Amino acid sequence: MLRLIATRLLSLAITLMAVSLAIFLILEVLPGDPAAIMLGTAAREDTLAALRLEMGLDRPALVRYLEWVGGILHGDLGTSFTYKLPVSTLVAERLAITVPLSLLAILISTALALPLGVAAAAKRDGPVDKAVLVFSQLGVAVPNFWIGLLFILFFSTYLGWFPAGGFPGWAGGIVPAFKALLLPAVALALPQAAVLTRVTRSATLEVIGADFVRTARAKGVDRSATLRRHVVPNALIPVTTILGLQLSFFFGGAILVENVFNLPGLGRLAYQALAQRDLIVIKDIVLIFAGIVIVVNFLVDIGYALLDPRLRSRS
Amino acid sequence: MTDPVPVLSVEKLTLGLPGLADRRHAIQDLSLAIMPGETLCVVGESGSGKSMTAMATIGLLPRGVNVLSGGIRLAGRDLLSLTEAQWCDVRGRDVGTVFQEPMTSLNPVMRVADQIAETFRAHGLLNPAERDRRTLSLLSEVNLPNPELIARAYPHELSGGQRQRVMIAMALALEPKLLIADEPTTALDVTTQAQVLKLIDNLRHKKGTAVLFITHDFGVVAEIADRVAVLQNGVLVEQGPVDQILHRPEHPYTRRLLAAVPSLTPPPPKALTGEPISIKVDALTKTYGGRGWPRKSREVQAADAVSFEIRRGETLGLVGESGSGKSTVGRCVLRLVEPDGGSITIGDVAFGALTQRQLRPERRRIQMVFQDPFASLNPRRTVGQIIAEGPITQGETPSKALDRARRLLDQVGLSESAVDRYPHEFSGGQRQRIGIARALAMRPDVLVADEAVSALDVSVQAEILKLIRGLQAELGLAILFITHDLRVAAQLCDRVAVMQKGRIVEMAETAQLFASPKDAYTRQLLAAVPGAERMG
Repeated sequence: MLRLIATRLLSLAITLMAVSLAIFLILEVLPGDPAAIMLGTAAREDTLAALRLEMGLDRPALVRYLEWVGGILHGDLGTSFTYKLPVSTLVAERLAITVPLSLLAILISTALALPLGVAAAAKRDGPVDKAVLVFSQLGVAVPNFWIGLLFILFFSTYLGWFPAGGFPGWAGGIVPAFKALLLPAVALALPQAAVLTRVTRSATLEVIGADFVRTARAKGVDRSATLRRHVVPNALIPVTTILGLQLSFFFGGAILVENVFNLPGLGRLAYQALAQRDLIVIKDIVLIFAGIVIVVNFLVDIGYALLDPRLRSRS
Repeated sequence: MTDPVPVLSVEKLTLGLPGLADRRHAIQDLSLAIMPGETLCVVGESGSGKSMTAMATIGLLPRGVNVLSGGIRLAGRDLLSLTEAQWCDVRGRDVGTVFQEPMTSLNPVMRVADQIAETFRAHGLLNPAERDRRTLSLLSEVNLPNPELIARAYPHELSGGQRQRVMIAMALALEPKLLIADEPTTALDVTTQAQVLKLIDNLRHKKGTAVLFITHDFGVVAEIADRVAVLQNGVLVEQGPVDQILHRPEHPYTRRLLAAVPSLTPPPPKALTGEPISIKVDALTKTYGGRGWPRKSREVQAADAVSFEIRRGETLGLVGESGSGKSTVGRCVLRLVEPDGGSITIGDVAFGALTQRQLRPERRRIQMVFQDPFASLNPRRTVGQIIAEGPITQGETPSKALDRARRLLDQVGLSESAVDRYPHEFSGGQRQRIGIARALAMRPDVLVADEAVSALDVSVQAEILKLIRGLQAELGLAILFITHDLRVAAQLCDRVAVMQKGRIVEMAETAQLFASPKDAYTRQLLAAVPGAERMG
């Protein structure tokens, strides 16, 4: 198990290096003048030259890359061109919204999907199963930003239970902050929950047909204990794969939902940075998103090994 | 003295199959009885309804199969009127069950000890500490070495034989009145099978358990049965004491089944001395390296300096237990797996030394027939396409290749119209004929058959063996016949090579090998063949 963690950590570090190199090459080394991209076609030659100097574009690419990576390791992400603020400060503020938002969405999604999927499979073709089928089809078909708009109309404008958007900050207490995050988190969670429910249902059905489930029943274990002790632990293994893929979507999906709910999160920052062609911020945010995905994959790998003893002993 | 009550009595039981099945009843009007301490073997081919009988007895019939009429009594108690909660109480406590597949019948993510202890837990018996203690004593009762270690293991860390012992420990944990064993040794090697059969028999004598033993193998029947019931398509055709059924069977179906069991006495050898050598393998070596570090400790020597030659028209049997390396040798000879060393010569071609590019046109010289007739044919292609594909890649025109496919189908005993049909429309035996036709389409000199009849019922197996023998005489094929079944080897092979741990430990003329085996391991294998004394 320890060796598994060590090898996965090593591959995590190598992947992060490769990703940072790829981002740097695409944004700064491929043909095209970064300064010209940021300032637009109407920029004057002397402003361009000043920006190039400010960004250090006159120095060799390797030096710039090492400075960028070295800075990140010290917590220095450079200074935003549009905000004139350290990117690290900008990102830290935004992560305080995006990370809780995504975690909440993940929690809602799994808390919905796992019980629903298992319940549907346990009584196949029963009323729960049919309801789950309808729910999951709707969830897959409807995009999350539209769910967000409907939620605002119903829960905020009509019922007035939740704020229609914006974020009061964590300083004002947990409850208002939580209320501001709940609707966007549900909007983010529902489509993913729909997919995860279907995966859980089919994984559970497959395990229910397994020989060892028959063995458990032949021992006299009743239906619900068989489900709890034999079916669910085995069904979780394929579900983890899909959940791992989805976790990245939660962070990516945040870009849309944050814009609908006007939340100043990382997704919104990425959107604004793109609109303003702030390459310095974009470079850092892309790396952060990639880093999150890579770390999540690492955690999923470890989760696998915890769930499945066969993987623990093989590596 | 009054008659004792049978442990299990099945009375005029009829089970209905779902509407789309090829017959209406899984079981029709079946009556059986088993007395305390008695072993009743239910024998039949696939689809005979023998497993359905077992599942009905523990109330776990698959979806769509229903009891239409009749009754099942356990020590006088009517089982069919039980509620689900009562069934849970009966299962495990009154009836223990051992299933066929040791690899999949245990929960892969649960420790062995927890799975055994769960039997007590499900019935609310003993406290956790007592359960652990009983678990350990059960593990030693089924002769597992190192019970403490095995208790903490996960199923994948155990061998097939060990897992089956764990299953038996679990089934006998609550000392049930009836033990149901559904093909419990079919997936095991012969030597392990012999040990497991002995174990079941000893425990039955010790505890007076009644045993319902389901099998397709008359050798196993001869080893373990007191009485035998023969099922055909859901109907009981004959029932009686084991000696009567084995030696004086009355029903023609029983006679046919028994006649299909290959005898351990080989037929007289054919004269092959003048024939040219078709394939010569010299010092073939293959090592599988484990993944990760340290590499060395995980290496498996699957083939270690294996040498043999096969003449035109000759069959060499390659026998051994699972993991002995016999399949690796077969794959290396075909160069489906690249050997690490040694030479392979087919006719006058140094087959083992060819580059991949040179190999392609020469591949036709050696062809393979696979074990699993269901997995080895592409379900999306017609039989004609499957057979013609090889010749077409070798440059034959499609229309000529299809013509030949028709002739080949005729040659292997199928109708020519089969070319336009898909594999799922055929039975296991028919599919194996298609597999043979596919191999023959390449006009090979050498045929490698890897457990080619092992998945088939005995009567079908006998037909396929006859077909192989006929085709060999007609086409002069040299055959490398890989099998774990010594009975089949005795009947089909001219010579037999016995493999153990990657090495050929003994190779001799079949008659000589069976009559006077030289190697200790060969003797051990022969002694383990079930039913050798009673059936020959």
